[in-house]
Amino acid sequence: MSETETSRKTYLPAGMPVPAPAHDGVDREFYEAARRHELAVQRCGKCGTFQFPAEWICHKCHATEPGWHRVSGRGRIYSWERVWHPAHPALKNACPYLVVVVELPDAGNIRMVGNLLGDPMQEVKIDSEVEAVFEDHEHATLVQWRLVES
Amino acid sequence: MSEFTVKDKAAIVGVGETKYYKRGQAPVSEFRLALEAILRACDDAGIRPTDIDGIASYSNDRNDSVRVATALGLPELRFSNMFWGGGGGGGSGAIGNAAAAIAAGYANCVVVYRALAQGQFGRFGQTPALKTISGNPAYTWPYGMSTPAQWIALRTRRFMHEHNVTQDAIAAIALACYHHAQFNPRAVMYGRPLTRKMYDESRWIVEPFHLYDCCMENDGAAAVILATRDRARDMKQRPAWVMAAAQGSDFRQGAGAENNPDYATSNFKTLAPRLYAMAGIEPKDVDVAQVYENFTGAVMTSLVEHGFCAPDGVMEFCTFENLTWPNGKLPINTSGGNLAECYMHGLELIIEAARQIRGTSTCQVKDAEISMVVSGPMVAPVSDLILHR
Ligand SMILES: [Zn+2]
Repeated sequence: MSETETSRKTYLPAGMPVPAPAHDGVDREFYEAARRHELAVQRCGKCGTFQFPAEWICHKCHATEPGWHRVSGRGRIYSWERVWHPAHPALKNACPYLVVVVELPDAGNIRMVGNLLGDPMQEVKIDSEVEAVFEDHEHATLVQWRLVES
Repeated sequence: MSEFTVKDKAAIVGVGETKYYKRGQAPVSEFRLALEAILRACDDAGIRPTDIDGIASYSNDRNDSVRVATALGLPELRFSNMFWGGGGGGGSGAIGNAAAAIAAGYANCVVVYRALAQGQFGRFGQTPALKTISGNPAYTWPYGMSTPAQWIALRTRRFMHEHNVTQDAIAAIALACYHHAQFNPRAVMYGRPLTRKMYDESRWIVEPFHLYDCCMENDGAAAVILATRDRARDMKQRPAWVMAAAQGSDFRQGAGAENNPDYATSNFKTLAPRLYAMAGIEPKDVDVAQVYENFTGAVMTSLVEHGFCAPDGVMEFCTFENLTWPNGKLPINTSGGNLAECYMHGLELIIEAARQIRGTSTCQVKDAEISMVVSGPMVAPVSDLILHR
């Protein structure tokens, strides 16, 4: 990696859209937990179904306000891509970079999307084990992923 | 089959297109392009524009139906309809809605149109430079995963992993589309043949998609006119009868952050059986298909979900030989499609499907009786159309 890349504290450069809770408050818990470096997702208090992203009702039993549950942040790579074409002005000099879809076995196999930390040219294998890394920005905390040494 | 079907209740009787331009190069406004395409479709059908009494569109077309009705001086607008969802998912759905309006007696002559002038408005392949983001995009955009190319690449990669598919299968789809465009002087890529070497050497957009796996972005407009059974019978053109139309989405396909439970899917698993049931045919009966290519990977999974090959049979079926006119098992995108003719959100594919029934395609499948259109893959909702003679 070049010096500018290694000295960067965040995986992608500044200027990307900053994630914020929805105006209706449906997913505020997720953002507050990430700020504390915890991973929280909805889990229905009535039927136990995990749900992500959050919704006002459980899609399985239709109970309202499903409730929140802290999960381990351990997962495995379900799919991945190396992005070469910058679709956002802030990414103009940041390509290539890696995006992964991570499945969380201890959360009903819900999935999250993030960047796979490390060399963007590394060989990526589906089913590799990863863990969540909390990347603090001024106004929000992103959930990124790094390989777990086996 | 119950009487609640659009089968043979309406036909495509007129088609119209403006010249197709490279993105941002249309010399006139988007609304004028829309009107021009509609007037050409009327001319093609041999009707007066004032015969139109219904309007349907999709993908949040900016050219308001009432403004169109006003500009055309329609004496009576009896049906005005917009199919939900963005991208190409609603192309066949808008035709199906028009046919349903005719079958139900709401209207007798419905125009479906789509117009795009991306110079006048924003681009599809770029993410708006917002400061903050909330809702589902907040779980992907901050990580540089925001465009259709990027989510369709992830799902394509997963499908390739599950079914041992290599780059060859999706390359064959791109090569087939470009091949067909070389016979079609209307195509933006006419005179610009693509070789496998050029494909392999083209830049990555997002792995596994090279530049040539991705649709173009174009300016232009297209329009299609449908009429009742009685009217369609004695019009200027051979009618392309609506044999079946279907629209919809599978279980939780709209879930954010890639949480659609069935992941590597084009979203046709519940829809395709309904479509074939309405038509009363099987996949082997389809003579030619226009399969919306936002990206080649989604065409591949669409072919699987419409029963043309098994998931594990992709490498065998998705070859240049099988997908090309005149000798392929299933010639697809015979005008060049979104990849090489024009990206008119797939309405140009519906026009090509009608041409195959009329016998006027530049890659005319001999004696084509049954002509299919697949709209939207890997978005929600999606839709399909089958036309026949
Ligand atoms: Zn529940």
